[in-house]
Amino acid sequence: MHEIELRNVNYLYETSDRQVPALRDVSLAVEASEFLCIVGQSGCGKTTLLNLVAGFLTPSGGDILIGGKRVTGKGFDRGIVFQDFAQLFPWRTARRNVEFGLEMKGVPRGERAEVAATFLRLVGLEKFANAFPHELSGGMQQRVAIARALAYNPTVLLMDEPFAALDALTRDEMQRFLVDVWRETKKTVLYVTHNVAEAVYLADRVLIFSPHPGTVKAEVRVALPRPRDPLSVAFLEHQRTIVSHLGAR
Amino acid sequence: MRWRPIVGTAISFGLAGIAWEAFARSAVLPSAITPSLLDVGQALWGTIRNGTMFVHVGFTLFRILVGLVLAILVGVPIGMLMGRFGLIERFFLPLVSVLSPIPSLAWVPLFILWFGLGNTAAIALVLYAAVFPLVLNTWTGVRSVNQLWLRAASAMGAERQTLFAKVVLPGALPFVIAGFRQAFARSWIAVVGGEMIAATKWGLGWVVFDSKEFLNTDVMMGTLVVIGLLGLAFERLVFQAVENRTVARWGMVKTVKA
Repeated sequence: MHEIELRNVNYLYETSDRQVPALRDVSLAVEASEFLCIVGQSGCGKTTLLNLVAGFLTPSGGDILIGGKRVTGKGFDRGIVFQDFAQLFPWRTARRNVEFGLEMKGVPRGERAEVAATFLRLVGLEKFANAFPHELSGGMQQRVAIARALAYNPTVLLMDEPFAALDALTRDEMQRFLVDVWRETKKTVLYVTHNVAEAVYLADRVLIFSPHPGTVKAEVRVALPRPRDPLSVAFLEHQRTIVSHLGAR
Repeated sequence: MRWRPIVGTAISFGLAGIAWEAFARSAVLPSAITPSLLDVGQALWGTIRNGTMFVHVGFTLFRILVGLVLAILVGVPIGMLMGRFGLIERFFLPLVSVLSPIPSLAWVPLFILWFGLGNTAAIALVLYAAVFPLVLNTWTGVRSVNQLWLRAASAMGAERQTLFAKVVLPGALPFVIAGFRQAFARSWIAVVGGEMIAATKWGLGWVVFDSKEFLNTDVMMGTLVVIGLLGLAFERLVFQAVENRTVARWGMVKTVKA
């Protein structure tokens, strides 16, 4: 059984006078504990796809399954991390942000604090548990967001360009960090990005999307051992392959 | 660093005082109607010593606070619901748009007929003056809550009431506090104006109006000073204190430096 499965998914955007196809006939599968990246230019429908899997949007056709069950809305089986730092609640400390999902799940206070502490330790922010988001750097805020998405123990982690707004050095650090977290937690990750190098660094498998309407155009398996060296020949070869898929019409 | 705002305040008041003193001592207007700061201070001290000022302040504050609490109980929930539900917005917005530009003082004659002279009319006036800034600011606050917070929260299973209490309410708080400030300022206009016409014997507005009969300009100005100082006290001790513990602490607005 696939952990995430999309069968012939279509999505039409309704504008005032017509319907615009955003996704056409997208089928894909992600195995348990696999790291899948979706790469494509802006407007190729990759974020729409993520929003469909997240349950924010309903497909116009086709089926989305998680753990074999049809997705009908939002659920605790999925954790989501967005690009914008503003996704954290400014009125809650890092710890209370991480506790949010647990609160919604009805986990008692003492256990919540324990779980939050565990995940803040996992993202290396145990010292900042009582800091408010505005007191943290962008990279730290994204780490809190990752801890928050993991804390209520979803099987699937959905990430929408989570590091795109960070500076290059912090982004590199966060990519290394994410690989560590992924190996430790063994989550199934669906990760959307327009950054080819990032996809090669992170993914087991990269799907290349082409726009208007969004469709899966090619698939590249990245079998390089981790941690990966972005300057190695093999790494650059993978990048070249993906870029050529992106460029070809 | 605690003394810095105090020094800043002292300098602005000092300069304003010097400007007034120069004007009062010049012969632009007769000195009988432009009392010097010394006269004002003496008149004020007199009302403090015989205790009447405290009673006036007490009455006025009572009217403001009761009216304001009622306005909060009515205005904040209406603004919240307007921001969340289109139907409620469509129902209340035209009413609010029609009623809020009418100056509260324009209602005084009617309120006197309805409620008689005294506390009830003044409280109703404050309620009227304060409720619209609260409704409009809360409504705007709810609509300007970051959509990403709502998405993140709903992805983590927050629904309806929980979403409202845990995300919309704190998210709208900067605007709600702005609404409190505006409502409070409007309440003073309403209560002092209302007391001039509708009060019997007690209240700061009544003192100002009553002093006119005997040309007691020093008492008038002393009372105005008291009103101003009460406003300053509320700004520092209530509004800024609330802000510093909430929205400023959370980085949603900048901390006030004065």
